[in-house]
Amino acid sequence: MSINMNPAMNRRSLIAGVTGLGAAGILAGCSDGGAAAEGSASAAAGGFKIGSIGPKTGATASYGISVTNGVELGCKDFSVDGLSFECKSEDSTGNAETAVNAYNTLVDWGMQALVGPTLTGPSVSVADQCNTDRTFMITPSASSEDVTAGKDCVFQICFTDPNQGRNAALFLAEKYADEKIAVIYNSGDAYSSGIYTAFTEQAKASKLQVVSEESFKDDSASSFNNQLTKAQAAGATLIFAPIYYTPASVLLTNAHDMGYDVTVMGCDGMDGILGVEGFDTSYAEGLLLMTPFSADDPASADFVKAYQDAYGETPDQFAADAYDGVHAVAEAIKKAGVTPDTAPEDSCEKLAAAMLEITVEGLTGTLSWNDKGQVEKDPTAFVIKDGKYVQA
Amino acid sequence: MTVFLQYLANGLAMGSVYAIIALGYTMVYGIAKMLNFAHGDVIMVGAYVSFCATSYLGLPAWLAVVLSIAACTVLGVLIEGLAYKPLRQAGPLAVLITAIGVSYLLQNAAQLIWGATPKNFTAIVSFPVPEPLASLNVSAVSITTIAVCLVIMAALMWFTGRTKMGKAMRAVSEDKDAARLMGINVNRTISMTFAIGSALAALAGVLMCSYAPVLQPTTGAMPGIKAFTAAVFGGIGSIPGAFIGGILLGIIEAMAQAYISTSLANSIVFAVLIVVLLVKPAGLLGRYVPEKV
Amino acid sequence: MNFLKDKVTRRDFITYGLVVAAFAVVSLLAAQGVIPRSLRGQLVPVTCYVVMAISLNLVVGVAGDLSLGHAGFMSVGAFSGIVTAMSLTEAIPDPAIRLAISMVVGALFAAVAGFLIGIPVLRLRGDYLAIVTLAFGEIIKEVVNCLIVGVDSTGLHVIFNVGGDKTVADLHLLEGGVAIIKGAQGASGTAKIATFAAGFVLVMITLVVVLNLVRSRAGRAIMAVRDNRIAAESVGLSVTKYRLIAFVVSAALAGAAGALYGANFSQLSPAKFDFNTSILVLVFVVLGGLGNMRGSIIAAVLLTILPEALRGFSDYRMLVYAIVLILVMLFTNNPQLKLLIGKIVPKREEAAAHGE
Repeated sequence: MSINMNPAMNRRSLIAGVTGLGAAGILAGCSDGGAAAEGSASAAAGGFKIGSIGPKTGATASYGISVTNGVELGCKDFSVDGLSFECKSEDSTGNAETAVNAYNTLVDWGMQALVGPTLTGPSVSVADQCNTDRTFMITPSASSEDVTAGKDCVFQICFTDPNQGRNAALFLAEKYADEKIAVIYNSGDAYSSGIYTAFTEQAKASKLQVVSEESFKDDSASSFNNQLTKAQAAGATLIFAPIYYTPASVLLTNAHDMGYDVTVMGCDGMDGILGVEGFDTSYAEGLLLMTPFSADDPASADFVKAYQDAYGETPDQFAADAYDGVHAVAEAIKKAGVTPDTAPEDSCEKLAAAMLEITVEGLTGTLSWNDKGQVEKDPTAFVIKDGKYVQA
Repeated sequence: MTVFLQYLANGLAMGSVYAIIALGYTMVYGIAKMLNFAHGDVIMVGAYVSFCATSYLGLPAWLAVVLSIAACTVLGVLIEGLAYKPLRQAGPLAVLITAIGVSYLLQNAAQLIWGATPKNFTAIVSFPVPEPLASLNVSAVSITTIAVCLVIMAALMWFTGRTKMGKAMRAVSEDKDAARLMGINVNRTISMTFAIGSALAALAGVLMCSYAPVLQPTTGAMPGIKAFTAAVFGGIGSIPGAFIGGILLGIIEAMAQAYISTSLANSIVFAVLIVVLLVKPAGLLGRYVPEKV
Repeated sequence: MNFLKDKVTRRDFITYGLVVAAFAVVSLLAAQGVIPRSLRGQLVPVTCYVVMAISLNLVVGVAGDLSLGHAGFMSVGAFSGIVTAMSLTEAIPDPAIRLAISMVVGALFAAVAGFLIGIPVLRLRGDYLAIVTLAFGEIIKEVVNCLIVGVDSTGLHVIFNVGGDKTVADLHLLEGGVAIIKGAQGASGTAKIATFAAGFVLVMITLVVVLNLVRSRAGRAIMAVRDNRIAAESVGLSVTKYRLIAFVVSAALAGAAGALYGANFSQLSPAKFDFNTSILVLVFVVLGGLGNMRGSIIAAVLLTILPEALRGFSDYRMLVYAIVLILVMLFTNNPQLKLLIGKIVPKREEAAAHGE
């Protein structure tokens, strides 16, 4: 392609145009910042500021929106007399750079505790920043050990990847020791490959029969026919798929269409699969998953109802973990005696210390934290029967 | 052997989806000479319209397809008229960037309208598949997609080769200014091209989502790029080339996943593309036009 | 100051001056604490994108080759830079020197990648060249995705995980060893050593390299090849050689930008450097004007900040961004508007005839 030079006036006009619009955008941003600052000033009397970060646009938006909704609902529910929460959520587009930008925007707003980010990659970057700035952070769903490693003010609500992978292998060794197992994981995703790594290690130790290990990437998640053909050819009778529910719904549909009768097992990212609109839930019959949260549990009924009323969807574990995140912050605040007027740095130290002492009766179990910032709660294995979670 | 044939069938199924998208791509590229990066997103809109028509309005599948074709045709003509037409005199890159802007716009508008939560698309066709094929996991959707591809290909070749409008399109593709001098309404011809391309996109969207059921605002982006690759593979601008390119791409991808590495499958597809282009710089069926001094 | 009498030189020096002034003003404001954090956090990425835009402009604007895989070189630079910086942590305690070395290594690796890719790619032209660069960008992404790299007292350990069944444990690192790149999980735990000043220096180096290349004999040859390949060939210019020069220099600069970018975040996934990032940089180049380096800088700065500045629109943010992008393209290419601006500033037209 031969590209002709623009005449100079074209260039000038380009710059003029870009500058004008850019300036307009920045002005718009500033004016909003001003409004937010005013808002915070008026609410400084009672509001403890909780920020949350997650992808609200892009391919992973559904997970981020669940998390930010969960935080919002949590801030409403855990506001009591004498301690109210203000919350603000920012979009990370699922990208580390934008997540750090979102974090900085929240710091400008005066955030005192961060319940987020959603995805593992961005969370590592933001956690590092939090540790440097001394901002208290608790992530609902970023499950890599790298998120909390060496950072004393960063905590997790979800299980770590190694923990999940190990538990899944132990569970299979206990209950499904005779099955031939195929693993299908997302090699382009930190969560999925993290669980996969730990799973294979424990599977070797527990002498599970792993007959096939296949991967896929986000850009090829539209069809699993080849991976399933491979698994079937290897004689697999059980597929361990530590993947999110969106690709999992494709996996189950493909398996059904192939007439491949196989048990599929997933981890906490699988929760939400029954909520995929248009998905024939009969394909998910017999699906095993290890997740801390069940929307069918009577104990969660109030939360599920409130969430449905507010957002029109059944909450998944992303939302439940986020809600528990706010719960944990609320408990830690009580324990540490922090008030909304405490400076963010001071509240960070006090909250971090309090986290090690508190126990939270949350939606996702009884939660307590070790000094690495990892949660200690019991995983529950569920099996889907008649479109409901039943303990396996 | 059976397993090999199964992989082949999987590849054909995926390839037919690439082919049907590539046909629309190549149509627009061949005549308007622009890389329409928003094509993949028009596909996504087509699939959403069809999904809403069947799930919310309870319409029969054929009517949903017609609705989605109508909606996408209007959308395509609108996009062309509002975003691309004012740039007819500007360089090709200005149009490319605008197309990218349109792609972002469609994705984000779709998220605001339909939400970010993925929807599972129910296949619009299903019929019992005869035996030797059924045991190879060939689905009704794949058979339909290949048949539709062949029909579209024949229809497009007839249209561009035999009808007056088609001849005008070829003339515009060859030389816009000369075509104008011959009394051809260039703007109308290009609008027509977009209408046809977008109608094909709607059909592609419905068939693609019948094959790969997850529907979310970013659904069209990656298949769009793959189909673009397929179109170049076959020789961009060539209608049979797009079909062959798409099918080959699907088969290569399936074979690479099956026998080499699932994590490097895309790289292998792209590496084959690069080799083909180095040997045949205008793609498999493209016409190599030597430059004149 | 005699040399400033030359129009082209003067314009180049104005560009340098503007960058220096912008750096001075921003540093001063940042020191005063006037700039909000959200903007301050973007300073290093902005300089990276500026370098990316200038270097891509060399290929797209000056050499006339449409490249859709520029992020691939950024990726090569970022990950080789991270590995360098992490493995030199103990040998070189000074972070500034470590950063400089990692940027040089990043640039070298990217230049080698650019050279290897350039030889086959530059046999093609036009849209075919575009699709092949896109293909290479995707290939680089997947290859990096398969890399597992760790370092311990015995040196670097590298696994190329083709089968998808290797993990960090297979590196067999000794006690005290660190895994630097963990396949798809990318690099995490990277020390953040990037600074705005380093970014500024990189932008200046990039500008000096690119502007001097463009004004040199080689640069004129590159433009001659762009404007009329056959005519250039007939006067004895080697087409492939000059296009390759532009391509490799551009790749090297992108590699340095990648190394800086990688050193600014404690976590980096290979997926970051995908097709969308390449396209984003191309948008900067086209909006700023092909061949116009000053325009690239301004477009890169404004368009990087824009999505952040639009946070006030909350859910509509990216929608507004898309609309702004389309409108800017439409307005800046509008013939009536061009005519109007041409009337107001008629002198510019004449300057352009001599210029770039």
